Amino acid sequence: MSTASLIVLMLVAFLAGIDVVLDEWELAQPIVACTMVGMALGDVASGVLLGAQLQLIAIGWMNIGSAIPPDAALASIISAVLVCGPANLSIANGIAIAIPLAIAGQVLNIFVRSIVVIMAHVADGRAADGDIKGVQWIHYFDMFLQGLRIAIPTYIVTIISPKAVQAGLNAIPKVITQGLSIAGGFVVVVGFAMVINMMANNEVWPFFFAGFVLAALTQLNLIAFGILGLVIAFVYIRLSPRFNAQTTVVQNANDHDAASGSAEDDIDKALDDL
Amino acid sequence: MVDNKAQSVQKDKQYKLTHGDMISAFWRSGFLQGSWNYERVQNVGFCFQMIPAIKRLYPSDKEKTAEALKRHLTFMQTTPVMSSLIGGITMAMEEERANGADIDDATIASVKVGTMGPLAGVGDPIFWGTIRPVIASFAASLALSGSGVMGPIIFFVVWNAIRLATRWYLQKIGYDQGTNIVQNLGGGLIQKLTTGASILGMFIMGALVPRWTKINFPLVISKVKVDGKTTTTTLQQIFNQLLPGIIPLLLTFFCIWMLRRKVNAIWLIFILFGVGIFGYWIGLLG
Repeated sequence: MSTASLIVLMLVAFLAGIDVVLDEWELAQPIVACTMVGMALGDVASGVLLGAQLQLIAIGWMNIGSAIPPDAALASIISAVLVCGPANLSIANGIAIAIPLAIAGQVLNIFVRSIVVIMAHVADGRAADGDIKGVQWIHYFDMFLQGLRIAIPTYIVTIISPKAVQAGLNAIPKVITQGLSIAGGFVVVVGFAMVINMMANNEVWPFFFAGFVLAALTQLNLIAFGILGLVIAFVYIRLSPRFNAQTTVVQNANDHDAASGSAEDDIDKALDDL
Repeated sequence: MVDNKAQSVQKDKQYKLTHGDMISAFWRSGFLQGSWNYERVQNVGFCFQMIPAIKRLYPSDKEKTAEALKRHLTFMQTTPVMSSLIGGITMAMEEERANGADIDDATIASVKVGTMGPLAGVGDPIFWGTIRPVIASFAASLALSGSGVMGPIIFFVVWNAIRLATRWYLQKIGYDQGTNIVQNLGGGLIQKLTTGASILGMFIMGALVPRWTKINFPLVISKVKVDGKTTTTTLQQIFNQLLPGIIPLLLTFFCIWMLRRKVNAIWLIFILFGVGIFGYWIGLLG
């Protein structure tokens, strides 16, 4: 690996480490992170393919509440280094390695976020002195730690000889690597389950099944699903009695002599409000 | 210049946030989670976002600066994008306070505490449950169908355009409306938004389950010889006749059930890897 490649790689790893915690630019999402590693190491095509497949596994790894998800940054960066770099692993092997890496990254993340508790107390002290710069520097330092959390393990991987990596992988029986690769196709359901658990209640479950049946039996693409979903949500909220209790009462009071027409009037009113 | 004009037009407003402060707060809001910690979560990041306002409103007053910094180092936890709305409201309140309005620490704290939870209820399903999975799976499918680097670029550009625009307008709305917006949010709007976002999110998840789960059962169930032609039926073909995607659906339900029994997601991933290896070994999965 050339020095220039190594410098760019370290920068990518450092930024991914910060951004996976920030969750803003989404540089650490596999589809972006693996592509950037591929660019740094001169094998963009493999980086994109690995990233796209890992992305589907990582689709439900979300920072919600105080739960810390499996770490997309460490998984994407190191597996991409092994696939796009001199070790030249197959994409299937890269995916199999990414999962244990995601868990290692999660543990490191828990560790750093615990250290940051102490830093937050240091910030309290700076704030009490009215020291704006001090508070800012603590924030920068915390992000620096998160960057190192990915950059240091990445550097360690680059100094391991490619032959040792390949020999290690070849020592694993085929039934394991092949089985892991097959499982890589369906571990996405864990992510889906995490997202669903966040949103699900009796009111919204039916819409899950509507989406499921349409996707299983039609060729509609995801943009179409997005539009359909918006339409359904909009119409549901317009018509649900829970959100329109007041208007319904007024409507009924106004045309108590035309009970059958009231449902149509509600829709008319909803359309008028547009 | 802007300061002078503001002062001459409205003498009672001694301190006024500038457009530059708004841009600075907007840029800084993108570092909200940099000091994410187990105790007060996004507290340092939110304070970091408020610093341009604090500098403008309490210049060369160490004591008031210290108080303001401490006010914004309290517990903070919401969907990152939503911190722009809360930040906008809080900046409006701080501005009034600096100009002598009777707004105490408890009022500012209660607005923050009262909005961050409900706004996370809206933001999480929209951003993590819908927008990111939809763009990511669209980009991944582009990349896998051979359009190369276009997939990652589309993901990055579209996601960030939506995120930055949302942050900017939420901050603007929050600052312009101030505490009025808290009353509006109380009037059922937030419930409508949460329900709408969850409907959209659930619908998309329902679509992703059969589309993005790859599982295949090549196990041969029957071999029928008709006129010298052998027709084999695999287990997968039987499942497909039943309903395509039925196994991904059942697997998803299994995971939902396990997660609700407080099983860690990582263990679930390991269990599924075990299933993959065992299934391949006995020839059930391929």
